Amino acid sequence: MTHAVEIRELHKYFGDNEVLKGIDFTVEPGQVVCVIGPSGSGKSTLLRCVNVLETPTKGRVFVNGLELTHPDADIDAARRHVGMVFQQFNLFPHLTALQNVMIAQQRVLNRSKKEAEIVARENLAKVGVGDKCDEYPGKLSGGQQQRVAIARALAMNPDLMLFDEPTSALDPELVGDVLAVMRKLAEEGMTMLVVTHEMGFAREVADRVVFMDGGVIVEEGTPTEVIGDPKQERTRSFLRRVLHPEG
Amino acid sequence: MDGRRARHDPVARLLIMTTTPTTAEPAKSGLSPRQRRRVSLAIQYAVFVLVLVAVILIADWPKIFENFLNGKVAAGMFPTLFTVALKNTLIFTVAGYVIGFALGLVLALMRLSSVVPYRVVALVYIEIFRGLPALIIFLLLGFGLPIAFPGFKLPGDVYGTVALALGLVAAAYMAESFRAGIQAVPKGQMEAARSLGMKPGRAMLSIILPQAIRIVIPPLTNELILLFKDSSLVFTLGVTAATTELTKFGSDTTIDQANSTPLIVAGATYLLITIPLGFVVRRLEARQGRKR
Repeated sequence: MTHAVEIRELHKYFGDNEVLKGIDFTVEPGQVVCVIGPSGSGKSTLLRCVNVLETPTKGRVFVNGLELTHPDADIDAARRHVGMVFQQFNLFPHLTALQNVMIAQQRVLNRSKKEAEIVARENLAKVGVGDKCDEYPGKLSGGQQQRVAIARALAMNPDLMLFDEPTSALDPELVGDVLAVMRKLAEEGMTMLVVTHEMGFAREVADRVVFMDGGVIVEEGTPTEVIGDPKQERTRSFLRRVLHPEG
Repeated sequence: MDGRRARHDPVARLLIMTTTPTTAEPAKSGLSPRQRRRVSLAIQYAVFVLVLVAVILIADWPKIFENFLNGKVAAGMFPTLFTVALKNTLIFTVAGYVIGFALGLVLALMRLSSVVPYRVVALVYIEIFRGLPALIIFLLLGFGLPIAFPGFKLPGDVYGTVALALGLVAAAYMAESFRAGIQAVPKGQMEAARSLGMKPGRAMLSIILPQAIRIVIPPLTNELILLFKDSSLVFTLGVTAATTELTKFGSDTTIDQANSTPLIVAGATYLLITIPLGFVVRRLEARQGRKR
């Protein structure tokens, strides 16, 4: 069986700064993998290497068995099957919510306007913003924007969804709506790679949790193992700070 | 209002500062600061009124009316003023603007390209055409082109030459506006578009440019005003009665009638267009300012 994501000996430099220092890991189809770790640990860079928004300096990245680091790889074609949700939403502000979800369907998948609109409305309804189709992103709350962004990615029928700290830019009271949508996706069997600070979500939804620090994977395993009973001191001290910030 | 709030609220602090009587420093001139302000203001008004009265008294009003605001001479300019002169000015401007817009957009994309020769060509073009007086471009196109390419004629004759000259100059300025606009679109927009599988060109066309152009509408409208005025340079190419435009028409009629009124009328016609456009630019800028 091919892995949904396979990463081998991945290194990434920004100038002289080595952000990823040899990462090896896999995501199996249908799995939800949460990547946790302190800021600057390289977890967002790792995620961005999976759809080659960052070009790895060294190492190999496979998605569904296709090597994206191969010089002849058709990255644009590969990205169609990989949805990405950003911390800052990155909705297109000149388009309505509906048009945001339609444009790539029309321009990349060459779906007809009619078909794209049907798919868009379905997905917007699914993430709970079906009544906001004609609003521009500027009129939506952060939580609504992020859900439109999720719908935009889903409309492309991805096999894999990447989430880059999807709730970090949200007001606390809006986090729940977005997490609920992600939980629903996980239950439907979507393969998900999620960079997050939401330990509750990771504990309940993830099949596997990966703890990164200083550009390496320090520890990985089931949520019970990594969050419940971490083996490494670095993991323990990170979790202490996240779970009991005032202590 | 309690003291704690006042300390943190700048408006409240200002109120306290202005309403609390401060111990007035003993003024050296014997006037309080407020009195001194009043005297200064009175002097400024007095100077203004004096100059105004002097100008009114010295000017030879009957002559001015006769020579600059002569109704009979002005009436003689109609309807040619609008049907030929203004119409041609508008044609020159719009044609030049269209060329400048298209070429400027291409130059901006070249300037931001990862292909080095494109970047160099765009940079050299922009520097040259921004640095040269528009008049030189007009003369080169009008008289240089026919010598360099004998028998070659630009479509539309004078119209073609003017449109091209205006377009070439405008493109350099508009390219810089477009570049600024494209760079003002957040990086995440390109990333989101690419992550949906769009190719770079498609992402630029569907996602980046529509946003960039909205950002640069005010400077681009300003460029339209500049072009509108620069179209007067067509006089260097020797226009006929049919291809005359506002400035040339005004100066020709002035010589004809030995009266300066036509220049005033032509000038007023320019303002008829430029002042509303300027107003639109300020409105657009204010609207963008609010959105940020």
